[in-house]
Amino acid sequence: MHGRPGFAPAGTEDHAMTIALFNPRTTFNAPALDRLQTCLQSTQFPRRVVAMVRHLLIPLIAIAIFLGVWGAAAKNIQTSLGELPGPVAVWQQAGALLDEHSAERAKAAAFYQRQEERNAAKLAEDPAAEVKIRPYTGKPTFIDQIGTSLLTVATGFFLATLIAIPVGIVCGMSATLYTALNPLIQIFKPVSPLAWLPLVTMVVSALYVSDDPLLAKSFVNSAITVTLCCLWPTIINTTVGVASVSKDLLNVSRVLRLGWFTKTVKIVLPSAIPLMFTGMRLSLGIGWMVLIAAEMLAQNPGLGKFVWDEFQNGSSSSLARIMVAVFAIGLVGFLLDRGMLLLQRYFSWDKAAVLR
Amino acid sequence: MTYLNIDHVGITFPTDHGPLEVLRDVALKVDKGEFVSLIGHSGCGKSTVLNIVAGLLKATTGGVLLENREVDEPGPDRAVVFQNHSLLPWLSVYDNVRLAVDTVFKGSKSKQERHDWTLHNLELVHMSHALDRRPDEISGGMKQRVGIARALAMEPKVLLMDEPFGALDSLTRTHMQDSLMEIQARLNNTVIMITHDVDEAVLLSDRIVMMSNGPSATVGEVLHIDLPRPRDRLLLADNPRYNHYRAAVLKFLHERHAQPDVPAQPRHKPALKLAAG
Repeated sequence: MHGRPGFAPAGTEDHAMTIALFNPRTTFNAPALDRLQTCLQSTQFPRRVVAMVRHLLIPLIAIAIFLGVWGAAAKNIQTSLGELPGPVAVWQQAGALLDEHSAERAKAAAFYQRQEERNAAKLAEDPAAEVKIRPYTGKPTFIDQIGTSLLTVATGFFLATLIAIPVGIVCGMSATLYTALNPLIQIFKPVSPLAWLPLVTMVVSALYVSDDPLLAKSFVNSAITVTLCCLWPTIINTTVGVASVSKDLLNVSRVLRLGWFTKTVKIVLPSAIPLMFTGMRLSLGIGWMVLIAAEMLAQNPGLGKFVWDEFQNGSSSSLARIMVAVFAIGLVGFLLDRGMLLLQRYFSWDKAAVLR
Repeated sequence: MTYLNIDHVGITFPTDHGPLEVLRDVALKVDKGEFVSLIGHSGCGKSTVLNIVAGLLKATTGGVLLENREVDEPGPDRAVVFQNHSLLPWLSVYDNVRLAVDTVFKGSKSKQERHDWTLHNLELVHMSHALDRRPDEISGGMKQRVGIARALAMEPKVLLMDEPFGALDSLTRTHMQDSLMEIQARLNNTVIMITHDVDEAVLLSDRIVMMSNGPSATVGEVLHIDLPRPRDRLLLADNPRYNHYRAAVLKFLHERHAQPDVPAQPRHKPALKLAAG
């Protein structure tokens, strides 16, 4: 048993979320694929080939089937913006978005070059001349918008971690504080970003008053909304991690008569690190999901705004571009999760833990 | 003067079914340098006795005196070797022992001395080859060796061992017993060891304390093991006195105090109550 009676359950479901992730071999029971696997295992294929087939070929087949079904279904769905785009149209739009990006970059480079030449000429004429350097103000491309989104989610997540880990540690160490804060945590945890955003917007515009703001208000709004939504898994998992330090290890610290601070630093925190990372991983996932919605409403120039603008724009290529964004969002989310997983593997002592 | 005096200790735990008296009137005097084994059926409260001596649990009645001073909190002078080794999984073998050395000898030994002392104790348990390994990279027997090194490094007045080899396979266990005898011959520590292995108890101990079944368990019988040291398990196998001792312990455990089929009261190991704050 971990921790005090009646203390751990509040967070266990969050913890279970990562542990109980499905095992593809037992839950996915397509007979044909199963037969393919058994066939591969039974025959005399070299192990490497079998592994390659399992890890590469089978997913590729699944993707191909998905693309086929999507393409076939898309042809039969007529929207007010024309036919629902299939894989080919989306692929073309992805290329188009990349082309737009390089074109915009070329324009920016040309702008800066012209500006420099102009300034150099001015200075040559009169060394005391005042030289103005203006930033290029083209519209943000798809790639720029991914960058903005990443920056926003990083800011929000960083803020959330900065708050959640100390709060979690304190809650884990003091049953009284945990009892005090738990109802608030449980009530705020399920609140949607769409509900937070209007409040955040009003509070930010009331408090963040500056003639020359360093950060755009839309950015601050989105980042704070992300923070508010992704605090909770880190708080809960850190609490559980700190509260469920093995009794044997605490006995060791009692026999050694470690002081409160040494005990916390040398025993409690290290043993909570695996669960802290679990919480942070869940938080980052939630943060990225929430961000898109926040950006749509806050008009922060990121992926969410891109989707919204394309939707409002309503051109014949809009749906395909939105689908490109959908894939980009998924891919970035996946990479963020893998990144956290790598960090977790690097920092966590619990190398034996199965991490998916 | 008695070195360690377990003076009529009793302990009662509150449970959902009312108070449960686990120990009643446990009295035992241990001399300096003596190796005492506590043996009894599981659940009889052996570990509870050990935890009271360690200071991890507080006796309800009676008390423990070490060199005539009452034991009222845990401390490194009563180092514990836990059954499940209890090494910190994120520290290397060296760092696990070093943490104890640094804590106990912070004021009295220089950095270099603490380093040497750590190495010396790991040498004693033959673990010098694995200083940088983490606990999950070494075998169960090796972990227990490190646990013993950590306890020895505290230079305890009494070494408390809670079924130290209970989780090991029998071959590893015999190796560990031999190692322990070798260390004991060199250091002559005062040791209280809990076991439920009769051979282990006879082989290692100067005295075997047999405990009656709980609840309200107490010291049933005490057996002096008068066998010359160093002891060799192979030679002892045919020694009539050794076999007499074995038989005496077995008789106590299986004739007079056989585990009752249906316990009179629901029995469970009382969990140590710990304040995490």
